[in-house]
Amino acid sequence: MTIKSNIPKGPLDKKWSNHKFNMKLVNPANRRKYKIIVVGTGLAGASVAATLGELGYNVHSFCYHESPRRAHSIAAQGGINAPKNYSNDGDSVYRLFYDTIKGGDYRAREANVYRLAEVSGSIIDQCVAQGVPFARDYAGYLDNRSFGGAQVARTFYARGQTGQQLLLGAYAALNRQIDAGSVKFYERREMLDLVMVEGKARGIIARNLINGKIESYAADAVVLATGGYANVFFLSTNAKASNATAVWRAHKRGALFANPCFTQIHPTCIPVSGEHQSKLTLMSESLRNDGRVWVPKQKGDSRQANQIPENERDYYLERLYPSFGNLVPRDVASRRAKEMCDNGYGVGSSKMAVYLDFADAIKRLGKDAIFEKYGNLLDMYKQITGEDPYQVPMRIYPAVHYTMGGLWVDYNLMSSISGLFILGEANFSDHGANRLGASALMQGLADGYFIAPYTISNYLASNKFSPVKEEQKEFTDAENSVTSTINKLLSIDGNKTVDEFHREFGKVMWDYVGMGRTKQGLQKALKLLPEIRSKFWKEVKITGNAHDINTELEKAQRVADFMELGELIAIDALHREESCGGHFREEFQTEEGEAKRNDKKFSYVAAWEFSGKPGSPKLNKEKLDFEEVHPSQRSYK
Amino acid sequence: MNLTLKVWRQKDKNDEGRFIEYSAKNISPDMSFLEMLDIVNIDLVKKGETPIVFDHDCREGICGSCGMMINGRAHGPGRGIATCQLHMRSFADDDEIVIEPWRAKSFPVLKDLMVDRTSFERIMRSGGYTSAKTGGIPDGNSILVPKPVADEAFDAAACIGCGACVAACPNSSAMLFVSAKVSQLALLPQGQAERETRVQRMVAQMDEEKFGSCSNTYACEAECPKGISVVHIARLNREYITAQL
Ligand SMILES: Cc1cc2nc3c(=O)[nH]c(=O)nc-3n(C[C@H](O)[C@H](O)[C@H](O)COP(=O)(O)OP(=O)(O)OC[C@H]3O[C@@H](n4cnc5c(N)ncnc54)[C@H](O)[C@@H]3O)c2cc1C
Ligand code: SF4
Ligand code: FES
Repeated sequence: MTIKSNIPKGPLDKKWSNHKFNMKLVNPANRRKYKIIVVGTGLAGASVAATLGELGYNVHSFCYHESPRRAHSIAAQGGINAPKNYSNDGDSVYRLFYDTIKGGDYRAREANVYRLAEVSGSIIDQCVAQGVPFARDYAGYLDNRSFGGAQVARTFYARGQTGQQLLLGAYAALNRQIDAGSVKFYERREMLDLVMVEGKARGIIARNLINGKIESYAADAVVLATGGYANVFFLSTNAKASNATAVWRAHKRGALFANPCFTQIHPTCIPVSGEHQSKLTLMSESLRNDGRVWVPKQKGDSRQANQIPENERDYYLERLYPSFGNLVPRDVASRRAKEMCDNGYGVGSSKMAVYLDFADAIKRLGKDAIFEKYGNLLDMYKQITGEDPYQVPMRIYPAVHYTMGGLWVDYNLMSSISGLFILGEANFSDHGANRLGASALMQGLADGYFIAPYTISNYLASNKFSPVKEEQKEFTDAENSVTSTINKLLSIDGNKTVDEFHREFGKVMWDYVGMGRTKQGLQKALKLLPEIRSKFWKEVKITGNAHDINTELEKAQRVADFMELGELIAIDALHREESCGGHFREEFQTEEGEAKRNDKKFSYVAAWEFSGKPGSPKLNKEKLDFEEVHPSQRSYK
Repeated sequence: MNLTLKVWRQKDKNDEGRFIEYSAKNISPDMSFLEMLDIVNIDLVKKGETPIVFDHDCREGICGSCGMMINGRAHGPGRGIATCQLHMRSFADDDEIVIEPWRAKSFPVLKDLMVDRTSFERIMRSGGYTSAKTGGIPDGNSILVPKPVADEAFDAAACIGCGACVAACPNSSAMLFVSAKVSQLALLPQGQAERETRVQRMVAQMDEEKFGSCSNTYACEAECPKGISVVHIARLNREYITAQL
């Protein structure tokens, strides 16, 4: 397959404005004739559906939740970036662009990242107009905080619930269009297949989760904004239902999957407490603004934190990275925490944790100020662990959090399938090998409000669409294939539950395809993962039937897809013989233990093509050219 | 810990429903309540029975999906938490726990502990927004919102739409939920233009959905996982009266 990124010509800072001018438009009177399906109602999906509806298109919006507001974006805590330079600390579009490219360890496209930085300021304005209650100062101006990988304060926030407030803003905009009749919303529908007609994406197959009906929906373009795939590891900070089924099934229909091994491990999560653990809870990166990370200087020190005197503590991030200190990027902070624990400096009963300590900040700013900034996070911590972080330092450990990889898209956010657009965390586009904090919310909303509405219009205006009907063969064939997969799963009647399989699979992923990867480990994973998958298809037990609410059946389909995707992640990780960002191959590190890239060999996007059978994908490469920023060894010292 | 659960099982909307007793064995006090139910469900599936169905997703108290009556209390014992934030350390060994779905005419049971809260959606669609279009918006700092106002608006905006307020209310009133949105937008300068039509339309939709009326028992505030204050109900009433004039 030849892949074309379709990056417009011209200087970096003019590309998007030139492209906007060159794109074709659809006359307002004709827009209603075009039907667009949007799957997903997180930040990316809700914002694009609302905006397309407002433009006058005939929009059909789907999600598996009962309400758009339940999408996983609701859980984002810390904030959203924009280079407004309200803090007057030297921020600019260029600096945000530069930080993001560098933060991503030079594995993202310059043109996309520049556009993201360019439109991000408007997102804040948009959200303010919707009534999003961002943090303000007493005079009424918007307030900012700092996030990892940046030396300026450009992060806008709404206490520790920024994702919630932004999603409720987009949800409100979507509701306005539903009320106006321009968007039709379908709740509790799970997309299970993509339908192609004459080589173009022309519809979806969805299961009605209440009555089990398999439904067909035709359209002129399909947008997937279905989120990330971190739950392939079973334990992650994602919501329980977050899954990769929509993108995976589109992949099987021909959409390339880019850089699947670029997964992000977040340094500050509440450590695992036991075998029963069903998910992990993030403690926002914003806490590293005021919290200090440390471990005891003495190995295996079993004293309580409060009994360890100041001079016996190792504030290792401040020691190793004097200029960024506790605010180094996530991949660096995670790796250092793991290393400390692996070397015997870990704390808590499991010894798989480090401290995040607020004592100094409380002394300096007072308890009230800390409560004001982080109250809900600290309460959440207390609720889960039973310990009071105002009294004793928090215990934290890295956990899988975000996936930079995703379906490959060109500059227009269109996948390798014509008419199939991928937005938000589901695409691979802007974060390279590591995402900086507070930039996923920014990307989701940039895609949805300010980029895709233009590029989708251009697609509709530039193509001819033969009429399609839900009754035609392409739809009935896809329906039949969905139904037969469901029947097959239900007929196995084995002896192990879906969760047990998912846990087992996720453990192998974490052990061998997690934070530290090696050739041997990955080869081992590639032996174990298909074995678990084949056992799953022989031994899984799902009770109930296909004709009403069946949560086990829902999970089984998602896990079946994760088991194929997981293998692709391992294949990608094995092939990429370098370390970059979140992809750390232990064989490739600098003397100081930092990720060592190999730009000569791997300065490309790995875009995998489905070959008809899981486990034997075909590699396509999109070369990355850096015209503005010269890739160098990242340094946060 | 070992516990006895009395769980409401109901096949679908039309089924009558009944309590069924289960035992939950070897439960760790560090587990969350939903993790305890996960374990019970694994046993059920292994025995060939259908698992207990309940809504959940984020499991950290923010998505608003979860919600059940636990020993007669919305989201169970403890203040300011959703069901998913409840931990088993709040119970004692050998306790009996009664688990039911939200009970309200406007929230029909879909299955077991899962209810249909789309009535909330229709209320939100009838006016829970500002009519800001995408694009062409002035700079964020051109609208000043002093901190105390921003904070109060935030307190109202923190509602997660779980429905505990309705479930806790003897009249199944949705006033706390509706007032939270009305109040947030009434407080902010951005919400002024549609202030009157918004409150009228949202209240009309709430009535159409057959939620009960508010008789100031404040059970809603007591069980709300986000501590939404009944002060917002007073503001809604004021807004509504002003809008009628
Ligand atoms: C705990 C946590 C905290 C975070 N904090 C921050 C932060 O502070 N700042 C930041 O920038 N980023 C943060 N992130 C990352 C960020 O929240 C996500 O990357 C982002 O919200 C993803 O948005 P989305 O719109 O792409 O997808 P999601 O919000 O995940 O939405 C996916 C949507 O797709 C639907 N869907 C999926 N599959 C199907 C299907 N098959 N059929 C039908 N519907 C489907 C779902 O119902 C849902 O509506 C955080 C993430 C986590 C986990
Ligand atoms: S007001 Fe409170 S109880 Fe009611 S829906 Fe909102 S968060 Fe839930
Ligand atoms: S599961 Fe999200 S609030 Fe409980």
